[in-house]
Amino acid sequence: MKLISAVIKPFKLEDVRQALAEAGVQGMTVTEVKGFGRQKGHTELYRGAEYSVDFVPKTKIEAAVPDSLVEQAVEAIISAAGTGSIGDGKVFVFDLDHAVRIRTGETGDAAL
Amino acid sequence: MKILGRATAVTGALLAALLPALVWAQDAPVPNKGDTAWMLTSTALVLLMSVPALGLFYGGLVRSKNMLSVLMQVFVSFSLITVLWCVYGYSFAFTTGNAFFGSADRLFLNGTFVDGVFSLGATFSKATPMYELVFVAFQATFAAITCCLILGSLVERIKFSGILLFIVLWFTFSYIPVAHMVWFWAGPDAYTDQAAADAATATAGLIWQWGALDFAGGTVVHINSGVAGLVGAIIIGKRIGYGKEAMPPHSLTMTMVGASMLWFGWFGFNAGSALEANGSAALAFMNTYLATACAVLTWIGAEWLLKGKPSMLGAASGAVAGLVAITPAAGNVGIQGAFVIGLGVGVVCFWGCTGLKKMIGADDALDVFGVHALGGIFGALMTGIFNAPSLGGPGYVEWIGLTQAYGGIGAQFWIQLKAVALVVVWTAVVAAISFLIVKLTVGLRVTEEEEREGLDISAHGERAYTA
Repeated sequence: MKLISAVIKPFKLEDVRQALAEAGVQGMTVTEVKGFGRQKGHTELYRGAEYSVDFVPKTKIEAAVPDSLVEQAVEAIISAAGTGSIGDGKVFVFDLDHAVRIRTGETGDAAL
Repeated sequence: MKILGRATAVTGALLAALLPALVWAQDAPVPNKGDTAWMLTSTALVLLMSVPALGLFYGGLVRSKNMLSVLMQVFVSFSLITVLWCVYGYSFAFTTGNAFFGSADRLFLNGTFVDGVFSLGATFSKATPMYELVFVAFQATFAAITCCLILGSLVERIKFSGILLFIVLWFTFSYIPVAHMVWFWAGPDAYTDQAAADAATATAGLIWQWGALDFAGGTVVHINSGVAGLVGAIIIGKRIGYGKEAMPPHSLTMTMVGASMLWFGWFGFNAGSALEANGSAALAFMNTYLATACAVLTWIGAEWLLKGKPSMLGAASGAVAGLVAITPAAGNVGIQGAFVIGLGVGVVCFWGCTGLKKMIGADDALDVFGVHALGGIFGALMTGIFNAPSLGGPGYVEWIGLTQAYGGIGAQFWIQLKAVALVVVWTAVVAAISFLIVKLTVGLRVTEEEEREGLDISAHGERAYTA
């Protein structure tokens, strides 16, 4: 099992959700986050006060998938979230030790 | 008080010619119902300018953790001054006394309504009285909003008890005497011949005697409060994290709503200051409308040119700057004057909130000095110029024969300058002493922990927004 964690542009969330569903991913968790990478922030000006906003709003999605699905899922995210411009985001893949479905007590791939 | 425009003088003369039978058929003139209705409406409009308009305008500009504290400070200061106005403020501001203060004749509004009889006050037309209670209420809203304006310099770190004590002191020793000096006079009916006129003028407030023009409160309201605010910002010190942490406005939507309601209410403030529903009110109304729109355009224009983007906050700030600057001028200049004052003040106050603010270096949090003091000074001085009949202004009235008079641009500008200087010094001194008294007694500033937590929770035990 792997845990896929991807940071994407917020307006790409719906496209990514659809692509992952088509790839067979059963569920995901979404968080609104802020951060910075190579994309620069912006400045805000309120009368004389100038503030630079370094952290850009992003959306983080997390999905746990069986090993067999990892490659397709990552591919789905990349093609759905990509615009070709700076700030498209990143995908991280982690090993996942254990998973339990709370309702039934199922574990491992069956819990995903 | 304010001076009749040319149109009004002509109307007055016409009325005097047409209506003698009507007027003298009765024992004494009575208030005109249309005037009364207009002035009651104007009074309610000025109340709207404070609560909610100023509260929302200021509240939107602070961080969400301090929203309720700003609304509370405005709401409670407005109520407090209204009460004090009826207890002693009106009496010491608007009764005959010396050139600086009135007298105790009207304590608790004594004598305004006795045995079913209403006392009458003067307007700017002869034989045209108004109910004194209408004038009391109208002026109460002016006193109250002026005190609320100062709050903008102090928000996000002022102690609630401290601001209340300060406002009582400053209202008593700065607002009341400045209002008396600028606006108190005997009224036009006292001006029957030269000897009577000299005697009447001698009872007026000091700045009125000089001949300064302030239609609706450039000196009394805006310079008075704006300078006091700056003095307060210097004495109380900067907000924690000022210049290091970001402190963006939490809701420019509310700021826009507040500024728009200020614009709306300001028609009562300025056109109501004619004290009658007449041509002078119409001139003040149009000038208020026009100058504000002009200032919106020049403020965002300056911003667009110098900072790259025209902002909503810039548009709202420009509107308020325009309203401030046209206040002393409203019925004292013609349309030309409104154009120049509006267009000019947008740029002047933009600089006041950017370049000048950096030079001064104080944390005048919501730019009370940059907008109100600077805009008020600009408006007061320009009034001296654009009052001139040669520049489309109404000039002013010689009260004995109700003819148009004008002493010349240079002379009037000098008078305006003297009035501005006296008010700046007066309010600065009173504010400094009052703030120091508060600092040494109940305290001016909350603790660092309270400031970090936000005044909504630490001072009032409630939150503006709960998710």
